[in-house]
Amino acid sequence: MARIWLFPDDIDTDQIVPGRYAPYMTSEAELGKYPFIEYRPEFAAKVQPGDLIVAGSNFGCGSSREYAPRALVAVGIAAIIAPSFSRIFYRNALNLGLKLFEADLVRDLSDGEHVVYDDASFTIRTGAGILHTLPQPPDWLRQTWVEGGIVSYYRKYQRLPVGGAE
Amino acid sequence: MSPVDQPTHGRTLAEQILGHAAGQDVRAGDLVIVPVDRCMTHDSLTPEIIDALHNNLGVEHVYDPERVAVIMDHVAPAASVATANAQARTRKWVREQGIRNFFEVGAGVCHQVLIEERLVLPGQVAIGSDSHATMYGAIGAFGTGMGTGDLALALASGRTWLRVPESIKVSISGRFRPYVSPKDISLYLCGLLGLDGATYQAVEFHGVDWLSLEGREVLSGMSTEIGAKAGLVVPDGVVAETYDVPGWLYADPQAQYRREIVVDLNKLGSQVAIPPEVDHIASAGDLRDVKVDQVFVGTCTNGRLEDLHALANILRGHKVAPHVRLLVIPASQRILQQAVADGTLSVLLAAGATLGTPGCGPCIGRHMGVIGAGEVCLSTANRNFRGRMGDPDASVYLASPEVAGATALRGYISDPSEL
Ligand code: SF4
Repeated sequence: MARIWLFPDDIDTDQIVPGRYAPYMTSEAELGKYPFIEYRPEFAAKVQPGDLIVAGSNFGCGSSREYAPRALVAVGIAAIIAPSFSRIFYRNALNLGLKLFEADLVRDLSDGEHVVYDDASFTIRTGAGILHTLPQPPDWLRQTWVEGGIVSYYRKYQRLPVGGAE
Repeated sequence: MSPVDQPTHGRTLAEQILGHAAGQDVRAGDLVIVPVDRCMTHDSLTPEIIDALHNNLGVEHVYDPERVAVIMDHVAPAASVATANAQARTRKWVREQGIRNFFEVGAGVCHQVLIEERLVLPGQVAIGSDSHATMYGAIGAFGTGMGTGDLALALASGRTWLRVPESIKVSISGRFRPYVSPKDISLYLCGLLGLDGATYQAVEFHGVDWLSLEGREVLSGMSTEIGAKAGLVVPDGVVAETYDVPGWLYADPQAQYRREIVVDLNKLGSQVAIPPEVDHIASAGDLRDVKVDQVFVGTCTNGRLEDLHALANILRGHKVAPHVRLLVIPASQRILQQAVADGTLSVLLAAGATLGTPGCGPCIGRHMGVIGAGEVCLSTANRNFRGRMGDPDASVYLASPEVAGATALRGYISDPSEL
């Protein structure tokens, strides 16, 4: 079961990881201690790999710092679902393999609720049996997710997956 | 929110270009991988990109050196030993990689050079390590800025991934009143839409078939200030006359836009952005109590020949106010030569202007005219965030070259139509 972590609109990268923690985040293990350390201190302690973040619009706004999405990858967030993401956060997340889905589920799911997230069909089933189907990613993106993101995919195959014409 | 499911409709310029590049029909919201026609990097970020390419991606050679352009403009000539060393490393790498499109110190601001040298063409996809790469939209190219990691991926693979943006249509009607110019349209839009008014989206400009290439460059480049991913001007008028615009690239009356905005030039006056936000806009005539220490005319936004002409027209036969430093930096070597040849430069120098090497100048506060605590600069650049041009306690007001000229003469912010 995946726990839902609900967040409001306009969560910025400083709320995800305040800039002054950057010097302490020296390894992936360290990174995992800091997500929402001030904004929501219980998050890092209680989050489990496979949990989902469901947020309002403009998630990840603010600075371009890559350690914000990296910290969320480090704690094993399975996906973030929000009506919109900031542009730079979006690019960083896809490059790092953090799954983002553009959908508005803030009113359909509640904080702390446990759901079943299917990482093959990209669906969420609630305890009450309601099925939410997330926007389906293109094939090339699924391929990169298997490898842990666009950068890892590139490192392994020395090419980007093909989308459309050569 | 899934435009793909909607019935067939027309295509925005962004959809046309990215669809052509992807080899498939695309709609706003689609995620596509497309070949990149041009990758631009500059002195300030190339070293980081080299590291990302070789260390993070494990790639030795760029995918196609012919599609790369590297330009020394941000801190050029070098202002410190550290920048000199970083630039030396970049030059060595450029030679090793066989990149022929390399532009040395003094060639000009990256975006201006790319357009002048015809290294971007209508209908192409071009990415740059600089947020104002939206400027290539002036000639009908999909230009956008990306970070070092994305540039490294594109240099390695010859491709990039993009989310096809929705578009905001800006229809411009009427003609400029005297002393009003394209920068005033851009600043007006900043005030109207706000800093994130076009986030994720492309801005598409219609109704300017009479506008110069220079004016188009202002509109497309400044689109970045409202968060736009691209700023495309319909490639008609001077662009259609001087470039081969592909037949598939046109203003499609059936295209669907997120939003439509009309700007009536007959009602537009001189605008000024008040620090520290580009979207805090006032009329130039309302800021008479703001005394300035420096006036800076230059940058990829307003350092072109048309801008120097506008400035010279105001300054001709006059001297700038005592205690005002007027700094002029042409956006490229070519512009500098033209301004010498047609006498514009003599007019500016006679009025008391001082000249800098073509390039970014003090735009990002690294060299050649940074300002100190408590100082006020009126600049024709595109950003006025705290600390952008020097000390965090300095203030940067943004305006057109016409306002810059009037302000330099009077010593306080002035509306040129009231001179
Ligand atoms: S002139 Fe300023 S905005 Fe333009 S490319 Fe240079 S630093 Fe960037």
